[in-house]
Amino acid sequence: MKCSYACGSAEHLTARRRFLGSLVAGTGAVVSGLGQLASAAAAKQLAQDQKRVLVINMAGGLSQLESWDPKPATDTGGPFRAIPTSVPGIHICELLPEIAQQMQHLALVRSINTKENSHGKGRYLMLTGRRQTPAGDFPRIGAVAAKTLSAESSSLPGHIQITPGGSGGRSNDAAYLGPKYASISLGNGKPPQHTTRPDAISEEADLSRNTFRRRVNDRFALRRRTAMTDAYTANYEQALELMRQRQVFDVSKEPEQDHDRYGKHDFGRHCLLARRLLENGITFVQVTHSNYDTHNENFNFHLEQLGEFDKPFATLVADLAARGMLDSTLIVVLSEFGRTPNINKYYGRDHWGTAWSVCLGGAKIQRGAVIGKTNNNGTKVAEREVDHGHLFHTYMQAVGVDSTGHFDIDGREIPIADPAYGPISELLA
Amino acid sequence: MQDQQTEQANLKADPKQAHVTTQWKYDSPLIACRFDPQARYVFASAQDNSVQRWDLAEGHRVAFRAHDSWVRTIAFSPDGEQVITGGCDGRLIWWPTAAENPEPVRTVDAHQGWIRTASTSPDATLLATGGNDQLVKVWNVADGTLAAEMSGHEKDVFSVLFHDDGKRLLSGDLAGQVHQWEIESGKRERTFDAKQLYTYNGGQRVDFGGVRTLAMSRDGRYLACGGLHKAPNPLGAVHEPLVLLYEWDSQKLVQSLVAEGLKGVICGAVFHAEEFLCAASGGSSGGFLLFWKADQPKDFHRLKLPNLVRDLDMHPDAVQLATTHYDRHLRISRMTAKQEG
Repeated sequence: MKCSYACGSAEHLTARRRFLGSLVAGTGAVVSGLGQLASAAAAKQLAQDQKRVLVINMAGGLSQLESWDPKPATDTGGPFRAIPTSVPGIHICELLPEIAQQMQHLALVRSINTKENSHGKGRYLMLTGRRQTPAGDFPRIGAVAAKTLSAESSSLPGHIQITPGGSGGRSNDAAYLGPKYASISLGNGKPPQHTTRPDAISEEADLSRNTFRRRVNDRFALRRRTAMTDAYTANYEQALELMRQRQVFDVSKEPEQDHDRYGKHDFGRHCLLARRLLENGITFVQVTHSNYDTHNENFNFHLEQLGEFDKPFATLVADLAARGMLDSTLIVVLSEFGRTPNINKYYGRDHWGTAWSVCLGGAKIQRGAVIGKTNNNGTKVAEREVDHGHLFHTYMQAVGVDSTGHFDIDGREIPIADPAYGPISELLA
Repeated sequence: MQDQQTEQANLKADPKQAHVTTQWKYDSPLIACRFDPQARYVFASAQDNSVQRWDLAEGHRVAFRAHDSWVRTIAFSPDGEQVITGGCDGRLIWWPTAAENPEPVRTVDAHQGWIRTASTSPDATLLATGGNDQLVKVWNVADGTLAAEMSGHEKDVFSVLFHDDGKRLLSGDLAGQVHQWEIESGKRERTFDAKQLYTYNGGQRVDFGGVRTLAMSRDGRYLACGGLHKAPNPLGAVHEPLVLLYEWDSQKLVQSLVAEGLKGVICGAVFHAEEFLCAASGGSSGGFLLFWKADQPKDFHRLKLPNLVRDLDMHPDAVQLATTHYDRHLRISRMTAKQEG
């Protein structure tokens, strides 16, 4: 796509600033993930002001009855009981004893009705705040967060996903925001692919190659700069920064005692890595925990999965609070839907988008709040029904983004969030 | 299962004649079931946290309510006058078996988390339990005191069974390990490796299967470990029932008992004095009673039950079987020819 950049346009100035920043970075003198150009004091202020988003994606459909909205001693309640939390009056499932002690940092929305029971469609609407449409694609929350919250001078990618498996790589989830904001996946929490310089190439040779590349690109861009050439250049520079700052993605650099606290299993490591990334200025981190699609033996599997989830997540919340990062970090624990109140013949629960829950915390989220209610046995929403659109607005507002605003995409105004909805205002501080 | 003293019945059991003779419906799906040793009642636990008692002669039903979670185990005192229930609330509760308005006579906080399994010694003076805390505990039935505690399982304990000598105990876990313990010393004597009954599904990231039930042959020659295998989709209930048959003395796996064409899990098994194994399988194929001989891998007979089955127990007459079902029914089947009229 050829874009008619004009000298002095906002895009030109932005690109030039980044371009110059990358040239400086090319000398090897990188100070931090926030970029070389910021002064030390400004960088510190930026770090304090920078908002971040942490999403825990409970893949498959976490049962709200075995987590945030238990219904013990009812026909739908199952064998688990409810336990009190650190917030008087709030009870959650006994499978989450550690998180129960962190409830003062968190909030619950118990009245979600997305009317969607499909994995793919449910995941889409929960991560984009919109229903899928054949007319086009919408950016995932990570891309939106990276676009709206990342410092312009940030040299690290703003949208990171930590997945339980896979080899990692780049995704195509930024839609019209552009590939710069697309996620980079860290398969099983490993550093980004291909960020280690091959042994056959010395550091000197690598520097020389990149200096030559920039000189040739500079000359080309003087006359034939397009959005595509900018994208190519940005990708190369970002890749170079990833290589240079590879240690940011290396969770083994965290203290051994923290590895013990989070648990020496995959999800524990991934939560610890999330903390590391957020501390180093990554704007958006999503950690996926799998799998909650418990059509069979729901209770056995939630015992196992939440047994693995409880302590690392609780530790992460506690650490963010202790490190003064909670006010600037939005936490969202979501799924593509909940699970049926009805217990099927296999002791399982099936897909259920009708009356379910998410857990939020940090940023401008009211601590210890509970929004909405389901009825006695969880079969329908009783009060304050909300859905994905309301939630997406709320996420944005919680990190200081005007969710009623818009992106300027090639001269078109595209709303940041679905204008048919608004935020859950009573959930915001 | 195996710890009941089965009497020699006048009637000879013929599995090929097995048929459902009685069914009683309750208000909630049912879970576990047991006949009382005096053959007056059958007990069944339900998803409403209660235990229900049916009078076998008249069908009259009485509710036992005190657990605040599901009950998974039911056992009896030596004279059968007390019934002991074990729940997902981690509690053992003693009740008067025959009371019309039963109230707990003793409550013991037995395990951290669920009690999944229980077995009484041949003389019923000891009760063994196993649970989600990965512990095996032995209790004095008379007063509810702890007699022994065994640790060593690395996953939840799914099944326990007293050896007929009353001095040894078996316990099976999610990982397919079956430990044999000497009760007096609490020491582990040996382990049967039944890991064929365990699956880790890397795609779904779940541990699945386990030793769901244990049974010993009357002559002490065989140990049967029941569960499932061939589970490509644990979360979607795609798996097949399997019983592993071990030679007791040598620990050699002598037979893998399968049920061709069925999807399900073995949820209860009992050896009959006439040298066949009877097991219940419940799953996406529905509910079945399966019958095997030790020398053949395939079942020699199967009875399809009206609904998915969740537990099995054998009557002291060794002819009748009780099963609990998702459709809220308790069913009695008889291994004899249908009576006319």
